[in-house]
Amino acid sequence: MAPGVLRHIINRMGRLKTAQKLKENLIGKIILGCGVLSVAVVVLIFAFLLRDAFSLFGSYSPVDFLTGRKWYPISEPPVFGILPLVLGSLLVTVIAILLAIPLGIGTAIYIAEIAPGWLKEILKPLMEIVAAIPSVVLAFIGLTLLAPFIQDLLNLNTGLTALTGGIMLAFMALPTIVSIAEDAINAVPRSYREGSLAMGATRWQTTGRVVVPAAMSGISAAVMLGIGRAIGETMVVLMVTGNAAVMPTSVDSALKPVRTLTGTIAQEMGETVFGSSHYFALFAVGLVLFVITFAVNWIADQILYRYRESE
Amino acid sequence: MVAVEAARSVVQLKGVDFYYGDFKALEDINLEIRENTVTALIGPSGCGKSTVLRLMNRMHEVMGKTRVKGEVLLDGKDIYADDVDVVSLRSRVGEIFQKPNPFPKSIYDNVAYGPRIQGRKSSDELDGIVEQALKQAALWKEVKNKLKTSAMELSGGQQQRLCIARTLAVEPEIILMDEPCSALDPVATQQIEDTMDSLKKDYTIIIVTHNMQQAARVSEYTGFMLIQETGEPGRLVEYGLTSKIFTMPDRKETENYITGRFG
Ligand SMILES: Nc1ncnc2c1ncn2[C@@H]1O[C@H](COP(=O)(O)OP(=O)(O)OP(=O)(O)O)[C@@H](O)[C@H]1O
Ligand SMILES: [Mg+2]
Repeated sequence: MAPGVLRHIINRMGRLKTAQKLKENLIGKIILGCGVLSVAVVVLIFAFLLRDAFSLFGSYSPVDFLTGRKWYPISEPPVFGILPLVLGSLLVTVIAILLAIPLGIGTAIYIAEIAPGWLKEILKPLMEIVAAIPSVVLAFIGLTLLAPFIQDLLNLNTGLTALTGGIMLAFMALPTIVSIAEDAINAVPRSYREGSLAMGATRWQTTGRVVVPAAMSGISAAVMLGIGRAIGETMVVLMVTGNAAVMPTSVDSALKPVRTLTGTIAQEMGETVFGSSHYFALFAVGLVLFVITFAVNWIADQILYRYRESE
Repeated sequence: MVAVEAARSVVQLKGVDFYYGDFKALEDINLEIRENTVTALIGPSGCGKSTVLRLMNRMHEVMGKTRVKGEVLLDGKDIYADDVDVVSLRSRVGEIFQKPNPFPKSIYDNVAYGPRIQGRKSSDELDGIVEQALKQAALWKEVKNKLKTSAMELSGGQQQRLCIARTLAVEPEIILMDEPCSALDPVATQQIEDTMDSLKKDYTIIIVTHNMQQAARVSEYTGFMLIQETGEPGRLVEYGLTSKIFTMPDRKETENYITGRFG
């Protein structure tokens, strides 16, 4: 090969390389920009939330706000005690969790380990369809079918209760829990199952003592994500929990109407005067919700992290 | 060798045909496994060695549609009879797999797994079983101070010996080993072979291996399997004392295979 041709080729390769490098660089910058932007948006949201919430605390004691047992936002003077709302949210969420965890994990195990192939093919897409139903539609179903049913079944004054909300939320969290947990169970290597069966373990022992524990980190992630979806949910609780800002004081409060943090904001925001203390109080409620959600996610992360470490 | 000759047959295959769905994988297998010996099964890939092992603990039943014809006897009793419980059969016929497959649990919990599913729960009893099984598998010294650490942190060879200990803990009569050393280095392989040698006095071992030297080293009996044509079922071509198979086999195919001329 003539030296001129060779030089030409080397030159071309060099130019290609710089072009390539430029492209890599640009892509890196764009990705970095996206990351910075999304963090900035979250920080800004938090800052605005903080600013508006603290506007309330100029005239209203934060202690009274957090521990007050009465939420009378339009009385004169207004009373903004959010304890009933916090407890309402808590009650509905706890009910949802108690229902969704065993049902979700049970269903996931059923689909992954027991259901015959053709049923699997039906159940998996079905779960995804349920996940895609807008929450207003679910809430409407809860309102028109579940609430009357619960009212008749338990002989209550109204079917719009914390229990009704909890059931609907559990229903919403289920597809997430089931599909992620099912993936986790499926990802357990076949060699574990074979090892267990070959030792004379029954199918159930194998599932319960080897497969499910081996999938536990994925299953916990599924549960956390499912619960995460339930906690932040607004439409369902707004429509089916009855919206009475009363203190849930005992276990049978589950069968009475409650009001949640999200429900309160959604319901009252449209009726407040911009810049009024009620308006700021709702931002303060938002701040509390933000903090709670953040804390739950953080705790969930810690649990998952611990679990992975110990594996 | 005379003593070995006199040993009783624990497993007998009589005219066994085997099908995966419609595919006939084995034809007319006749085999007697003698007590407290090591029997090696050799032969080219796909000739049905693993399938023969699966027949003995019915593990093929977890892999979909399969069919067995003929008789597989364990202590003279057909293991495919209606009244045989697969679960108790598998606790009598243990299996070590090609790839070490400890559970993602602690070393202790791996070995205690079998006794626990059998309902043995007292921790004193379990401690004893775990220690003894680990000693038999020649792993005790290396792990006795870290029984609570995860089995996943062991080396491949240690994991395989842990799997052996896990199987020993349920006190099987027979141990099936399907290429137990193929994922291991020579040192780890040596350790497994030593372990097999010491296990022989209490257990009957059947090992599948692609390593001719290993078959010659560890076994008293050897079976050579072969498929004549692609698509044909695998057959047991020759079976007998390892010393004979490796020095003066009756069949030309056996000699060719052992000397590395094909397969
Ligand atoms: N689960 C299965 N379904 C269908 N056919 C199978 C299955 N397992 C094995 N076979 C077929 O049965 C025949 C024997 O397989 P087997 O695994 O027993 O061979 P092998 O002698 O153990 O081979 P190798 O040395 O490669 O492990 C092969 O033709 C294989 O393709
Ligand atoms: Mg094989």
